[in-house]
Amino acid sequence: MSLTADQVRWVAHLSRLKLSEAEVAQMTPQLASIVGYVDQLQKINTEGVKPLYHALEQVNVFRPDALGTSLSPEEALANAPERLGNFFQVPAVLD
Amino acid sequence: MSEYRTVVGLEVHVQLLTISKLFCGCSVTFGQPPNSAVCPVCLGMPGVLPVMNQKAFELALRAALALNCQIAPYTKWDRKNYYYPDLPKNFQISQYDLPFSFEGYLDIPASLDQPSKRVGLFRAHLEEDAGKSMHDESGQGGSTKVDLNRAGTPLLEIVSKPEIHSAEDARAYLEELRLLLKEAGISDCEMQEGSLRCDANVNIHIPQADGSFIATPIVEVKNLNSFRAVERSIRYEAMRQMEQYQKDGKKMGEVSKCTAGWDDARGVTIVQRRKEEASDYRYFPEPDLAPIRITAEMLERAKASLGELPHQARARLQADFGLGIYDADLLVRMGRAITAYFEKVVSAGADAKSACNWVANQVLTTLNESKSTIDQYPLTPGILAGLVVEVQKSGLNMQRAREVYGAMLADGVDAKTAIQKLGFVAVADEAALAEMIRKAMAANPKAVSDFKAGKIKAADSLKGAVMKETKGMAKADLLQKILLDELNKV
Repeated sequence: MSLTADQVRWVAHLSRLKLSEAEVAQMTPQLASIVGYVDQLQKINTEGVKPLYHALEQVNVFRPDALGTSLSPEEALANAPERLGNFFQVPAVLD
Repeated sequence: MSEYRTVVGLEVHVQLLTISKLFCGCSVTFGQPPNSAVCPVCLGMPGVLPVMNQKAFELALRAALALNCQIAPYTKWDRKNYYYPDLPKNFQISQYDLPFSFEGYLDIPASLDQPSKRVGLFRAHLEEDAGKSMHDESGQGGSTKVDLNRAGTPLLEIVSKPEIHSAEDARAYLEELRLLLKEAGISDCEMQEGSLRCDANVNIHIPQADGSFIATPIVEVKNLNSFRAVERSIRYEAMRQMEQYQKDGKKMGEVSKCTAGWDDARGVTIVQRRKEEASDYRYFPEPDLAPIRITAEMLERAKASLGELPHQARARLQADFGLGIYDADLLVRMGRAITAYFEKVVSAGADAKSACNWVANQVLTTLNESKSTIDQYPLTPGILAGLVVEVQKSGLNMQRAREVYGAMLADGVDAKTAIQKLGFVAVADEAALAEMIRKAMAANPKAVSDFKAGKIKAADSLKGAVMKETKGMAKADLLQKILLDELNKV
């Protein structure tokens, strides 16, 4: 399995990771080997095997529509790097 | 002939009528203080497990049935991965390749001037909402504030096929969808509170000499805050695409799909960014949420909860009460409770057409003025039916009838008592009316000669004179008859 440096840059971009060129060079073969490992699955003959959509065999797990306990704004914001009143504060987003 | 055909598909998100969020017990009530209805699950803390809200799934299933969708026997949820400050988990739990419902339709109802139109639906699926970002609008590049109360609110996304061909139809589709969802108790569809949101995918087909057509690139129009905005933006965007095509000749597929924001104040769409391809969201199955196998029992329960849907109510009101398309639609749009009230007025003896007029005009005005609902309305169906019957029997004109209605509300009395109290006695004495008509004709010979010359409307001024003399109490149908008799004698 081979991956191109551009593919690694694109995946990093989607994950909002900033990789240096040295890191791209380092990550490309590492990622390729992981994907290659999983890629072995492609070699298995799955003819006649029903597709598996989910690893859980359990189905229909519901909870009733009832109110539970929420956190206070203080607790909710405890880990926020920045806050503005009771809001999370983030760098300006231009939509 | 129009020079192009507008093609629109609508993506609608509605908030389901639950009290708690989709995967946790936080409240979904609108307008709570910021970040007060949040918990580790909806904040995306590590190690938490989402559990599906049963009511949310039931409402979604009810909606899918109301929208004539096929129901998947087995459905699961997927993670849609993207990064945005109002999405704390960095993924949204949504449905990708196995939505619980697909291939449905909604009929835009027939009106007086056009037949019903069917709009196909690709799918309806259940997903969670994101939080709310508030951007600094000082223009000084300040920061963005995030409130996560909305994160995890249950949403139903309803995706129509590109089968809507005008701005007016887009609006009519949304109105019918909103009515259906409200009536079936699925969503309150309050656009101001964000419980109904809509994006429009718009392009145009430009006919060619050989009978084929050229399709322009699709633009997804966002920031539509009212049905009127949806209508105006589609009209504008179609026109803009025609102009753009005349400038650059670009067709669908030659530039990627893009997003445009609607600027309501300026009445224009502003084309923004290239839309990321679907595969960029790197969907994969949500491992923490058990799939759902939809049982026959679940389907039965959902069907039983539908109640009478708007199109069924329209058909029944026309068939059972002899109402026309317009009146039936008028009643249905006022909701099930008012329709039921109307039916009781008719069973209490009022004729259907008059009962419909009274309910749609006076009753509705009273409810709007007092900001109340029909179950708080003071007149019982029997009392209102009494008014309808009395008005017809006595021949009171509409203005006088409204006064009687006002007295009934003010004094809590029935129609007969109110009429007596007001001293309204219809003038139904044929000889007296004939005398007044002859007097009016003598005073206005021009009206008589105009009438004789074929201007039927000229009789109205004579009728008006008699009404004035009787202070509006002349029995209208009798007056009309005698007036024609007298005019024919001349």
